[in-house]
Amino acid sequence: MNFFWHDGGSKFNPVSSVDYLPSDLLETMQLHRLQTMVKRAYENVPLYRERMDKEKIKPEHIRSLNNIRLLPFTIKADLRDTYPFGLFASPMNEIVRLHASSGTTGKPIVAAYTKEDIDVWSNAVVRSLAACGVDRGDIIQNAYGYGLFTGGLGFHYGGEALGATVIPISGGNTDRQIMIMKDFNVTVISCTPSYFVHIIDRAHETSIDLKPFPLKIGVFGAEPWSEAMRQYIEREANIKAYDVYGLSEISGPGIAIECLAQQGLHIIEDHFYPEIINPKTLEPVPDGEEGELVLTTLSKKAMPMIRYRTRDITAFYPEQCSCGRTIRRMKKISRRSDDMFIIRGVNVFPSQIEAALLTIEGSSPHYQIKLTREHGLDQMEVQIEVTREMFSDRISKLEKLQKELTESIEKVINIRANVRLVEPNSIPRSEGKATRVIDLRQI
Amino acid sequence: MKIQQISMFLENKPGRIIEPCKVLAKNNINILTLSLADTQQFGILRLIIKEWQKAKEVLEQEGFIVNVTEVVAIEVEDKPGGLTKILEAIEETGLNIEYIYAFTFRSGDKAVIVFRFDKPDLAIQTLQQKGINVLDSVQLYDKANQ
Repeated sequence: MNFFWHDGGSKFNPVSSVDYLPSDLLETMQLHRLQTMVKRAYENVPLYRERMDKEKIKPEHIRSLNNIRLLPFTIKADLRDTYPFGLFASPMNEIVRLHASSGTTGKPIVAAYTKEDIDVWSNAVVRSLAACGVDRGDIIQNAYGYGLFTGGLGFHYGGEALGATVIPISGGNTDRQIMIMKDFNVTVISCTPSYFVHIIDRAHETSIDLKPFPLKIGVFGAEPWSEAMRQYIEREANIKAYDVYGLSEISGPGIAIECLAQQGLHIIEDHFYPEIINPKTLEPVPDGEEGELVLTTLSKKAMPMIRYRTRDITAFYPEQCSCGRTIRRMKKISRRSDDMFIIRGVNVFPSQIEAALLTIEGSSPHYQIKLTREHGLDQMEVQIEVTREMFSDRISKLEKLQKELTESIEKVINIRANVRLVEPNSIPRSEGKATRVIDLRQI
Repeated sequence: MKIQQISMFLENKPGRIIEPCKVLAKNNINILTLSLADTQQFGILRLIIKEWQKAKEVLEQEGFIVNVTEVVAIEVEDKPGGLTKILEAIEETGLNIEYIYAFTFRSGDKAVIVFRFDKPDLAIQTLQQKGINVLDSVQLYDKANQ
């Protein structure tokens, strides 16, 4: 593997990276890596071999990138069924690290890495950080959780490989986060968007103004967030907020990243090959049309993933980005088909509710959706915390606000929710991914 | 002439109103009068407190959202028709009253009532022109201590 970014200690230059390769060169690289990976997966992972044998597909049938469509899909259940080590293509003496998902139901999802896999992942994070303007000399407060979750170590290794200064603060202890941010002249923060909103709130509560801090860049990921949330964060903390995408099944954070243009996420597609399919027909959708993102690891040794269905809904941008990167862009993911809930037969994503709430001036991004069933009819309650800007000593004003919030939601999803104003800090805070939906319906 | 009122948001569920009162008690802050407006889901607690800045500070430290509003304290004759007389005077001026509530103490033989107008300055000016006694904060806190 060529460590092109370690060019004799000189500054990392993103222009020299694969991000800007002419597309024919990129495709040659992708095909070569795909062929190598498929052969390796076929020879070492029983699940892939059985599935390909069943379809009478051999690794040598992959002669073009389009031939990837001959390969069977992999889904989350396959990872659970082969728990813990069934999808490994490397022996344990080559595997240097294991991560696992938090796994809210049942067994977690395991991810394995060889030394090379860690390098590829770090490279992806280096390019991601560089794309949103992080450089040597920057001080990164890495408030993603360290541990089994890939966020903490993923950013840590990438930040160091870039040559930036990394503070491995992990999540939690918000007052200390704010203190370190100020005292260490932190310029970049990485964490979940919901945790950063919590940091903003805590600063407000303790009468600290984040705006004059040297902090200028936020790299936020691990959960879907809306454009309205971006505007809120950028305004309240006076920073630029960039979306980073990743999932541990594929590697971790740094699979796709927004550049300075903030117009979609560039996919690090020389390592993570993207397809967007119609989830019903499983056929590719045309560029610009929404579908489910499917990812194939092109370089992964320890645990190759072939056509992994991410459940994330996005679309390719048909045209090249103004930043000059040639790697493809996908739309910011604001919803996962996993997060979707169905109320009275209508599909709803929490991010739609979030965007509707944030259109009302002064409203807070702290909300929770409670689903219940009364007399056989689904009921949706949206709880939103009252902020200083929203609060008034007059009942009529608060009732008007309640009405505006209800109407704003109704406009988006065509369902009348019961909007409940709740006290500040009454919705539980998360240091990682926020819980947006509580489904109490007995079906 | 205006009096500072602090108000805060409370959810309408058991035990909520005691929380801010505990915070004030712990900091040795006395409440001169209060009013609680409620709907099915939430309530607004409004307080008149001499040390309102300190009250706001300690409540905010505990995570409450506190608003400061300017209200007007008016002396009203404590006899039948006393309030009507004031209200008639206000009605003539076309001023809009958002809400009213009373103090627990008296000013001599008069009651003191808190008025929340949407335009407090205009209200004070017009009321004084009509010979209605509007108390300023010094007078009000003096009377409260008598």
